[in-house]
Amino acid sequence: MKAKVYVTLKSGVLDPQGQAVARALGRLGFAEVKDARIGKYIEMSIADDVKDIDSHLKQMCERLLANTVIEEYRYEIVK
Amino acid sequence: MNIAVVRFPGSNCDDDAFHVVGRVMGQPVRFAWHKESSLGDAEAVVLPGGFSYGDYLRAGAMAANSPIMGAVKAFAEKGGPVLAICNGYQIACEAGLLDGALTRNASLHFECRDVHLCVEGKPTPFTRAIPAGRILRVPIAHAEGRFVHGNVEQLEKEGRVIFRYVDPTGGQTDAANPNGSMANIAGTCNARGNVVGLMPHPERASEPVLGSDDGKMLFASLLAEMGRRV
Repeated sequence: MKAKVYVTLKSGVLDPQGQAVARALGRLGFAEVKDARIGKYIEMSIADDVKDIDSHLKQMCERLLANTVIEEYRYEIVK
Repeated sequence: MNIAVVRFPGSNCDDDAFHVVGRVMGQPVRFAWHKESSLGDAEAVVLPGGFSYGDYLRAGAMAANSPIMGAVKAFAEKGGPVLAICNGYQIACEAGLLDGALTRNASLHFECRDVHLCVEGKPTPFTRAIPAGRILRVPIAHAEGRFVHGNVEQLEKEGRVIFRYVDPTGGQTDAANPNGSMANIAGTCNARGNVVGLMPHPERASEPVLGSDDGKMLFASLLAEMGRRV
């Protein structure tokens, strides 16, 4: 199976990269872009026989994949 | 006193720290490799700057989980003095030795220049001998140094803001803040005060030939502190 993890900055944490991208899109003529936030996407191949994949993924995110001081995460498991 | 400089793959200020501790301060110093699980008889630890593990995932995230950091955490819990510089500060925050996080500079630029720092907060092994309010001139060199913390007021109330970016006269202005850090914060300490982290590089400003030796005061303070403790 696969696990797809999305890590994004918490709302309220300044994202200068996202702001720069939003401005660049505006310059390309996409005036409708009001804001952009940059995050990370992590795709993992996971052994099929893992029992507690949900709690393992939570631990992976908490302990390494996300810095929960500034980031939040969500994940999907694709069988 | 024995000082250990931790060396991760991608550290690049490890030799500078080693030089200052060994040659400038004349203390026994050794490198501790990231795969080691003990700090031996070290009496103080430096987490140096650089780009440990290529800054993969987040600056400091991989190094924070390396074997040597278990020993550094145990050392810090016993009250051992730890100085975390630049990438070392990012590692210390990722490892939970210090609170907060260092994020992408507001300017989006890699900022590489001299800054002025005001020394304040509670006494720490690295600042006790520096008069409060003293302005230091030391360089910065980072892209992820914008300090973020969920409760800066509490941090300030506890005297845990140790260094702040100021102008040469001590004014806490936006112009003096090189990376957009909350409340111009350049360095902090843990609740006990024995772990101190900062984004600027005191080890790069510890000899007059480098244009400033203000950074040497942190190392001199540590030696005075250890002398006092013995």
